[in-house]
Amino acid sequence: MTAITANHGAVAHGGAHEHHDDGSKTLLGFWIYLMSDCLIFSGLFATFAVLGHATAGGPTGKELFDLKFVFGETMLLLISSFTFGLAMLNMHAGKRSKVITWLFVTFLFGAGFVGMEVYEFHHLIVFENAGPDRSAFLSAYFGLVGTHGLHVSSGLLWLVVMMLQVGKFGLTDAVQRRLSCLSLFWHFLDLVWICVFSFVYLFGVL
Amino acid sequence: MSSQHGHSDAHAHNAHGSLKSYTVGFALSLILTVLSFGCVMSGAVPQHLIAPGIVVFCIAQLLVQLAFFLHMSAAPGQRDNLSIGVFTLLIIAIVVVGSLWVMHNMNMYMMHPVMQSSSSSIG
Amino acid sequence: MFGKLSLSAIPYHEPIIMGTLLMVCLGGAALLGWVTLQRKWGYLWSEWFTTVDHKRIGIMYVILALVMLLRGFADALMMRAQQAIASADAAGYLPPHHYDQIFTAHGVIMIFFVAMPFVVGLMNLVVPLQIGARDVAYPFLNSLSYWLTASGVVLVMISMFVGDFAATGWLAYPPLSELKFSPTVGVDYYIWALQLSGLGTTLSGINFIVTILRMRTPGMKMMQMPVFTWTALVTNILIVAAFPILTVALALLAADRYLDMHFFTNELGGNAMLYINLIWIWGHPEVYILILPCFGVFSEVVATFSGKPLFGYKSMVYATAGIGVASFVVWLHHFFTMGSGADVNAFFGISTMIISIPTGVKLFNWLFTMYRGRIRFTLPMLWTVAFMVTFTIGGMTGVLLAVPGADFVLHNSLFLIAHFHNVIIGGVLFGLFAAMNYWFPKAFGFKLEERWGKASFWCWVVGFYLAFMPLYVLGLMGMTRRMNHYANPAWQPYLIVAAVGAVFIAAGIGFMLLQFVVSIRNRAANPDLTGDPWGGRTLEWATSSPAPFYNFAVLPKVDELDQFWADKEHKRAYPQYAHYDDIHMPRNTGAGLIMAAFGTVFGFAMVWHIWWLAIGGLLCMIGSFLVRAFDTDVDYYVPGAEVEKIERARLVPLHKLIENVGPASAGEKVA
Repeated sequence: MTAITANHGAVAHGGAHEHHDDGSKTLLGFWIYLMSDCLIFSGLFATFAVLGHATAGGPTGKELFDLKFVFGETMLLLISSFTFGLAMLNMHAGKRSKVITWLFVTFLFGAGFVGMEVYEFHHLIVFENAGPDRSAFLSAYFGLVGTHGLHVSSGLLWLVVMMLQVGKFGLTDAVQRRLSCLSLFWHFLDLVWICVFSFVYLFGVL
Repeated sequence: MSSQHGHSDAHAHNAHGSLKSYTVGFALSLILTVLSFGCVMSGAVPQHLIAPGIVVFCIAQLLVQLAFFLHMSAAPGQRDNLSIGVFTLLIIAIVVVGSLWVMHNMNMYMMHPVMQSSSSSIG
Repeated sequence: MFGKLSLSAIPYHEPIIMGTLLMVCLGGAALLGWVTLQRKWGYLWSEWFTTVDHKRIGIMYVILALVMLLRGFADALMMRAQQAIASADAAGYLPPHHYDQIFTAHGVIMIFFVAMPFVVGLMNLVVPLQIGARDVAYPFLNSLSYWLTASGVVLVMISMFVGDFAATGWLAYPPLSELKFSPTVGVDYYIWALQLSGLGTTLSGINFIVTILRMRTPGMKMMQMPVFTWTALVTNILIVAAFPILTVALALLAADRYLDMHFFTNELGGNAMLYINLIWIWGHPEVYILILPCFGVFSEVVATFSGKPLFGYKSMVYATAGIGVASFVVWLHHFFTMGSGADVNAFFGISTMIISIPTGVKLFNWLFTMYRGRIRFTLPMLWTVAFMVTFTIGGMTGVLLAVPGADFVLHNSLFLIAHFHNVIIGGVLFGLFAAMNYWFPKAFGFKLEERWGKASFWCWVVGFYLAFMPLYVLGLMGMTRRMNHYANPAWQPYLIVAAVGAVFIAAGIGFMLLQFVVSIRNRAANPDLTGDPWGGRTLEWATSSPAPFYNFAVLPKVDELDQFWADKEHKRAYPQYAHYDDIHMPRNTGAGLIMAAFGTVFGFAMVWHIWWLAIGGLLCMIGSFLVRAFDTDVDYYVPGAEVEKIERARLVPLHKLIENVGPASAGEKVA
């Protein structure tokens, strides 16, 4: 093995340089990750589609789902997508404090969505006696919607981290790259939710 | 970084969207969401059109968000993303349609309890 | 406090396991003691454990795979011994519960912790060099992937001594794997070991797709990539497309076991067949994930040792891509017998037969490459020839199994076992051994010696045929897989022959280890001074052996296939430059190892229901990732002067050497 390795005999080099940033590379990789995530959801959707009628004598979607409530959740998520867009526009304009503001607004709407979902799950489990252990249909429902909720929650954590990073580092290349990835992630969750409300909730009450 | 950044700024409009494109996308999404829920909740839509309606509005909204929020396009810089996306769509179709076909077919032949209740209508 | 974990979880009453534990402890202590005595801990930590260099990560993957091969093969020997004995009145020496864990562990280990890390390790070692890149797209992620795979290994190894492992077969079919029928922690070990290593595999799949799409050296078009890189690209696309489905299937099984859900249970609407459907949507592409890179290896080896360009490069690429896509529409042939109708079974039967066409194309391409070539029968070439014969037999029995009617008879019989060992040993393993002998000099700077290598080769090949051909016969005689005991004495002679075959393979493995020892001891006798020991065609042979940590001082320009071969022909290989630019490199980091260590803690705690530890492990895992995200000191520059020093030290004697013996054959004659 060569004696010279990454640790010694080299000059440290801070700050940006033309080789550093390869935003397009990172975004391509992140896009591929999103596609793999998409396939996780496709597995869950397939499961829901197969088990959707297996209510085992328990409550059905028609009895459980409250569309007005789901419409509210949808609005929160949709608005948060728009506000994230505003954060990104400000990022490209280099307006640091506005980026943080819009990220915070996005966080609030996202947290509102997660809060509503937690309330909904709690309601189903405690008051309707319709927890995930009641039937295969409910297992599939909680599995699919819960996985989306977990994704939104990790998006919230990521939002907090990015607000801190924008505050600490400013809009450096690395921070912009990460914000672009988070933006893709956040909009992607919106896409998944569109499928969820269409195929789980709306079809569920037919 | 400077050289690359200058390059990407030139494409800013395509790659990042603008206030206008976000607003249009947002408005279209709102409309399509209302239409989707309206299909089911209003009671004004004939029974046999509800399901196709939901599917159509769902696909429309997915396309709107892909175009206006995720900035997907056939532009050269987006070609890798687009082809990867199309390939993913193929795999999703295989997974979902394939699973449904396989499982439905098996349930039918093996007289799975789920199918027995619903297959009574089929005969 | 400790969930389900107590001292009684250690199987004191099993003498075989306790004996193994003792040996592992003694061996481990000896190894650790030796490292301590040699004062190598600092070296190992700073040069290997924290490395982000794709070549070293690749080497660590392969070492991990070889170690696990010993474990997986020990399981195989035990099974063969049991079946050779346990006929009629004899019960054999393995109680059923232990035997069931052994065949499960054997399958899991051989696929997930031997074949997969070996394949990923090879891609790590070779792909960036073949495309003229300095590293992979995300070096830190690469290190994380490796350590996540290692944490899966750690969990599987712990399961042997603390608690038990799944006794369900390697894919843990429900309802058997549900809590009701597998109440011990075995299946939980299985789930978390595979989830952790699967995450690592998915991440490295993403990493390599971006590396191949975005980091090729200037001028290299897609259709100028070496075939191995092509197969690696398709393989990684398959990884990213298939592994998420495995993640889903295992997560839903975990939800059944941990949260009392009903995805796959017998009660309340669950459907066990859904799991089998999902797991094979992953499982079939997985087979091609393993074999495609090996096809790439054979293509490189055949072209190099026939001294000719690969016959039908384009058809090879299209065949690879075709196999990749087709591998997603054949999964049901693993469960024809589950009761689908004729239309479904016919569709999947026909699609399975169709997939053999591009595979046939490849075989003919290799044959035509060899035709009228000057073939050198080195070790990589021997493994390749053995593969071509063996794999053809395995492929044909596969087409047989693709006929649903025949499958109804042969499903879960030893015929099936013989078939898939025929393609996985004869295809994947032989390919990996060919690759190991072929690229070893590139990794270490000296060749593996041939004598013990040939002994190993012959033992493996003879052992393989002895061990598995009888199983075809047994399958046709009606013997099913996974039998701890059988009543029909007519089967026993065949099983004794199979056991003898396993002993031959054991000798093959022994000689292989001996080959390593002898080669390392006599490394001065087999040096690779030129970086091109075989007269290679592709870019990895253009740099020194072992390759410098920056791979290429100046990124090579490419405008044709087999650029390096053309450069040698035109005497412009090994250029020396007057000036070298600074090289930008990623800095080593322990973050990947630390995150994976917390991941192991999380997995172990989940297995034993130690919730506080699981939450703690998960939070620490996320936390250490965030710490890494706030670290801005992640890279550095190698000064051009230092690059020049390294390059001159190599090129000056090399040019003298070439003057004496001529460029194209330099490697051959010198070595």
